[in-house]
Amino acid sequence: MISRFKLVFGALAILVPVIASNPAFAVNPDEMLSNPVLEERAREISKELRCLVCQNQSIDDSDAELARDLRVLVRERLVAGDDNEEVIDYIVARYGDYVLLNPPLKPETYILWASPAVLVVLALLAVFAFYRRKQREGSPASASLSKDEQDRLDELLGTSNDDGKS
Amino acid sequence: MRFSIAVIPLVLFAALAGVFLLNIDKDASVVPSVLIDKPAPEFSLPPLPGRDKGLSRADLTKGEVSVLNVFASWCVPCRAEHPLIKRLSREADVPVYGLNYKEKDPEDGVKWLAELGDPYTAVGMDLSGRTGIDFGVYGVPETFIIDGTGQIRYKHVGPVTVEVLEKVLLPKIAELKG
Repeated sequence: MISRFKLVFGALAILVPVIASNPAFAVNPDEMLSNPVLEERAREISKELRCLVCQNQSIDDSDAELARDLRVLVRERLVAGDDNEEVIDYIVARYGDYVLLNPPLKPETYILWASPAVLVVLALLAVFAFYRRKQREGSPASASLSKDEQDRLDELLGTSNDDGKS
Repeated sequence: MRFSIAVIPLVLFAALAGVFLLNIDKDASVVPSVLIDKPAPEFSLPPLPGRDKGLSRADLTKGEVSVLNVFASWCVPCRAEHPLIKRLSREADVPVYGLNYKEKDPEDGVKWLAELGDPYTAVGMDLSGRTGIDFGVYGVPETFIIDGTGQIRYKHVGPVTVEVLEKVLLPKIAELKG
C-alpha cells in the first residue's frame, strides 16, 4: 500500500516542475491586438520592461494594475506606428533605465557589464598561478616514494613483496 | 607572498561590509525618478464630479512653487498620510494640488475628501492613470514639488511621514521659494 505521504509527494514531484516550466502570462485576452504581428512585437517589448510594482517581473508576467496599464500603453504606441525602440524610449522617458530588465551599456554600467569578464580573467590568472607554483615546488602528492619510505610503508602495513605488488 | 594571499579575503570582506554600510539606509523599492529637474508633463484633467475646476499643467506654471500629491480613495497609505498633507497645505503656504489616481468610481474621490477633509487647491481626476504614467507614478501616494516654471524638483514615493514633512518637504519648499 502506498502511504498518503508518498502519494502527495509523488504528485508534487510531477506537478511542480510542470507548473514551474509553464509561467502563466498575465496578458488578458481583451488587451491583445487583433494584428498578430503587432501583438507579437508587443509581447516582445513587454518582456523587456520591468513591472515597477513587483520589480522582478516583467510587465508581461505581472498581474499588477500598473503593469496592465503599461501593456495597454505599449500596444497603443505600436498601433500609432512607433517602432519597438520608440516604444521602449517612451516608457524609459517616464520611468528611467530602471524599467529595462536588460541594463543598457553606458558609463554608469561599465562596471556591471565588465565584471563577469574581469572575474573570469582573474580566476584564470589565479588557476594559472596556482599550477605554476605547484610545478615549481614539485608536487609532493604525486611524487613516488623514496626507497626508504617504501620500506617503512611495507613494514607498517605488514606486507612484503610476496603478495603480488612490489 | 603567502601572507598577502591570506589577507585577500579579509580585504574583500571589509570592502563588502563598507558597501553594505553605505547602502543600509537605502530603500531598494524606491526607484529614482528620471523626471527630477525636468518640466512636468503636459496634461489636462477633468474636475471631480460636482466641481468646476480640474487640473492642468497651466496650474503648475504660474510662477509659484507648488506641490502635487497623487492620491486615491482605495489606497490605504494615502489615508494615513492625509493629515500630513493637510498640515503641508497649512504650513507650506503654497498651492497643493491633488491628482486623484485611478478611482473605480468617479464619486469615490469626492466621498473620500468629504470624509477626511480637502486640503487641495484643485484636484484633477485621472481615471485612466495615463497622467500618472506621464509623471512616472508607480505607487500611490507620491508627492511632487514643482517650481514656478513647472520643473519637477523633488519627488517623494510612499506616504509622507512627520519626519519626511518636517525634514524634507517643508525645507525643500522653503528653499525653492527662496
